[in-house]
Amino acid sequence: MSATLTARDITKIYRTGEVEVRALRGANLDLYEGELVVMLGPSGSGKSTLLNIIGGLDTATSGTVRFHDHELTGADESELTRFRRDHVGFVFQFYNLIPSLTAEENVALVTEIAKRPLNPAEALGIVGLGERLNHFPAQLSGGEQQRVAIARAIAKQPEILLCDEPTGALDSKTGILVLEAIDQVNRELGTTTAVITHNTVIGSMADRVLHIADGKVAHIEENAERRPPAELAW
Amino acid sequence: MRAMDRKVLRDLWHMRGQVLAIGLVVAAGIAALIMSLSTLEALDDTTAAYYERYRFGEVFAWVKRAPDRVEQRIAAIPGVRTIQTRVSRFATLDIEGFAEPVMGQFVSIPAARQPVLNQLVLRSGRLPEAGGTDEVVINEPFAEAHELATGDEIVGVINGHRRELRIVGTALSPEFVYALGPGALMPDDRRFGILWMGHDALAAAYDLKGAFNSVSLDLERGADTERVIQQLDRVLERYGGVGATAREDQLSNWFVMNEMEQLRTVSMILPTIFLVVSAFLTNMVLGRLVATERGQIGLMKAFGYSSTEVGFHYARFVVGIVLVGSVIGIVAGTWLGRMNTEMYTELFRFPLLVYRPSISAIAIAVSVSLAAALLGAAGAVQRAARLPPAQAMNPPAPAVFRRLRLWDTRAARWLDQGSRIIVRNVLRSPMRSVLTMLGVAASVGLLVLALQWNDSLDYLGQSYFFHAQHQDVTVGLAEPQSDTIVRDFHHLPGVLAVEPMRIVSADLSVGPITHRGSLTGLKNDAWLQPIFDDATARVVPVPADGLVLGTVLAHKLGVSIGDRVWLQVLEGRRPELALPVVGLVETYIAMPVFTHIDALNRMLKERPSAEYLNILIDSRNVAAFYARLKELPLVSAVMLRQAAIDSFYGTIVEHIMVYITLFSGLACALGFGVAYNSARIALSERGRELATLRVLGFSRAEISYILLGETGILIALALPFGCLLGRGLSEVMAAEFDTELFRIPLTIEASTYGLAVVIALAATLISALVVRHRVDHLDLIEVLKTRE
Repeated sequence: MSATLTARDITKIYRTGEVEVRALRGANLDLYEGELVVMLGPSGSGKSTLLNIIGGLDTATSGTVRFHDHELTGADESELTRFRRDHVGFVFQFYNLIPSLTAEENVALVTEIAKRPLNPAEALGIVGLGERLNHFPAQLSGGEQQRVAIARAIAKQPEILLCDEPTGALDSKTGILVLEAIDQVNRELGTTTAVITHNTVIGSMADRVLHIADGKVAHIEENAERRPPAELAW
Repeated sequence: MRAMDRKVLRDLWHMRGQVLAIGLVVAAGIAALIMSLSTLEALDDTTAAYYERYRFGEVFAWVKRAPDRVEQRIAAIPGVRTIQTRVSRFATLDIEGFAEPVMGQFVSIPAARQPVLNQLVLRSGRLPEAGGTDEVVINEPFAEAHELATGDEIVGVINGHRRELRIVGTALSPEFVYALGPGALMPDDRRFGILWMGHDALAAAYDLKGAFNSVSLDLERGADTERVIQQLDRVLERYGGVGATAREDQLSNWFVMNEMEQLRTVSMILPTIFLVVSAFLTNMVLGRLVATERGQIGLMKAFGYSSTEVGFHYARFVVGIVLVGSVIGIVAGTWLGRMNTEMYTELFRFPLLVYRPSISAIAIAVSVSLAAALLGAAGAVQRAARLPPAQAMNPPAPAVFRRLRLWDTRAARWLDQGSRIIVRNVLRSPMRSVLTMLGVAASVGLLVLALQWNDSLDYLGQSYFFHAQHQDVTVGLAEPQSDTIVRDFHHLPGVLAVEPMRIVSADLSVGPITHRGSLTGLKNDAWLQPIFDDATARVVPVPADGLVLGTVLAHKLGVSIGDRVWLQVLEGRRPELALPVVGLVETYIAMPVFTHIDALNRMLKERPSAEYLNILIDSRNVAAFYARLKELPLVSAVMLRQAAIDSFYGTIVEHIMVYITLFSGLACALGFGVAYNSARIALSERGRELATLRVLGFSRAEISYILLGETGILIALALPFGCLLGRGLSEVMAAEFDTELFRIPLTIEASTYGLAVVIALAATLISALVVRHRVDHLDLIEVLKTRE
């Protein structure tokens, strides 16, 4: 299997205020086409930072990131913008919907600038929200909002779907519905998917589980079989 | 509609409170400029149209008596197109039921037709007919002041004879837009009227048959007015000419133009200051507003929107806000401008009104506001877009707070946690704190600038009418009289003191600079109307010889004490001589020149005589005095100090106050806009922090204190700066306001600063209450759960 995305020796140093934080200390990672990877790690292990860097939301202090044949390291702002626009879909812990737009419009925000988008209604249909197109974020439950965020992420038919703690703000029952949506997208559309979580249970729905600690991928675990999210419980 | 378009519209709607508050700031600046420039353009256009339609003369001259044939010699002067000769005289009028003497200026017009120049705008009735020797048309304001109508009769003391005159019409004239009685500074329609009478009748009454004593000219296009005046003066000299004046120096027009010049100054400076302040505030407020959108900017970038696209999105948002403000500003400015213009039209009694909102003002105002707003937003968008999206979506990194050594020692002991948060917040972002302070200070400054007018004009009035003058009445005589007249007047009922005064028209020149003015001769013990220095509030002694000049005139002529001024008297034997400047005196009004009355009479080679009398009257005998005065044939002018005071406060002050009230209103709008936005933005910047504090157990009152305390401290600090700024702006304004007629003595009462501060505090309090309402309804869970 060819790697869609590879990251090598990634380090990231943050300066917040007067403190210097080494979030990543030489992380390596490959994402293979069509697979679903779960990145597991405790809070502060650097998993979000790694996700942000491979998604082009942030730049590494050192190291290289390649997307297919394209070098992302050292790419300028407009190249990163194009990379995100054309190839990556994001789902965030706190949904980050635009409060002033309806579910359908939130999805349209992305489809309008994508090359080969799904119809927003269709994307919402995939996550089971075909009936709630005209609701504003404030009128949707947390799980529904997160599913709108997933629809928004997949509507552009990205090659990579990156989810940062997608169930972090949800109860387990709602969380499972969201994971089912992600699982479904991965299977049906074949989108390479990476899910960040600190919940070990979720690891069993993945093809591979990357354990992240101290700013590195500590070890990689391969599941012989992916468990459907419906069977998970925490 | 694209999703981004919807976002713009919905965001505008969602933030409508703030959009409106910022719009108000924008609108205040725009309205101020549109109001002022529209008024100015409208008045310029209206005056020009009025003058042209009613053929207002371009040159005016007075003579003692010139035979009609002189008209041909005047017509022969190159450049003269039309000539209108006439008879015009001042006389006292007796109006039933009005105790005080009233002055009238009689002006002759051809029987039953309009004169070729200075035509009448007939408002009611008709013109005097050929045979109607007792028919007069009177000016409309005078008619209204005395409730006179066509058919009514009044008595005029013409050439010593009481004549019953029948009013056949009322009219307005471009020549008497500002109808000023002799020696008056303000129009007083109750005590001064214009009476147009058939030429033959008036000439007969004043023994001027076949002659004229007043002439006005209309010039050919491109004619040299100065040359025409010189030649006209030469022609009229031997007939007792006192020097011709161009239209720009014609009394009424000069006052109208002076008023417009003042308006122009106010119109340029105030709105410019307003626009600059409003642009600055818009810039600041929008910068902060967009900064709070940092998370959404990061999100859009995460989806693949480029920085340019995000910038364009916020540009449209900002343009939307400015548009809202512009619409309010244009509508308000146009309306206020129209109101203001109508007020002036009424003051000047223009029979027509040419008004349209100034397109250039709209263009200037809207583009300045737009540019300021876009710049403010651009800075913030750029800062947010420069961040990697991952970072932008996170709340800003905790700002660096420092423990100041001072806090650790003394202050910290008595400051509670809430107050510490406030103080550290103020100190954390000094730039932002300074900007907020500047915003508030600017609106306080504008309020002071607007409100100080009342103080300054009041001070001017006090000085001019109460400190520099003590007489009750000034009487003007038809001809200079021997100074025994002083004794005669002493014997009139109720007279306590009489002081003679002589005023002659004169040209004063130094090198190439010539000023046409008048020379006032006073007794050295004059106290009813002495030489009064407004700057030192002291009486300056009358010199035995030489001239005392107003400082403004001295400056115009470029002379100081010891220099000599070339004086050409335009009356009597028309002496010409060089006189030394022996003193300077600062006056707020006009540009006077004083000398000793005896020196003046010697100059004229006349025996001691007087032309004006300043009189102090026992208030118990006023009625008897007036009754006698009306019977005296040699009285040609009566000026009452109280009437002048009334018309000063009535006309000028009241009028300027309306204008100032408009500006104060706009300054309040500005102040409210700043205060509200500061608090509102502070709330969105710190919602999370405040909600966290609530979760930790702080009460609503405590977190309101933390949020509003910060705004409060900044405003408290801003108030003194605002007062200082207001003083500075007022000084600039007063300096710009200097005209030959008025100088504004800058005076700001403590109560004016107080009022400005109270208004600013009230605006702050209202906005604080609005924000407090929002603080009380913070959704704790929601705020903690989601990142803005």
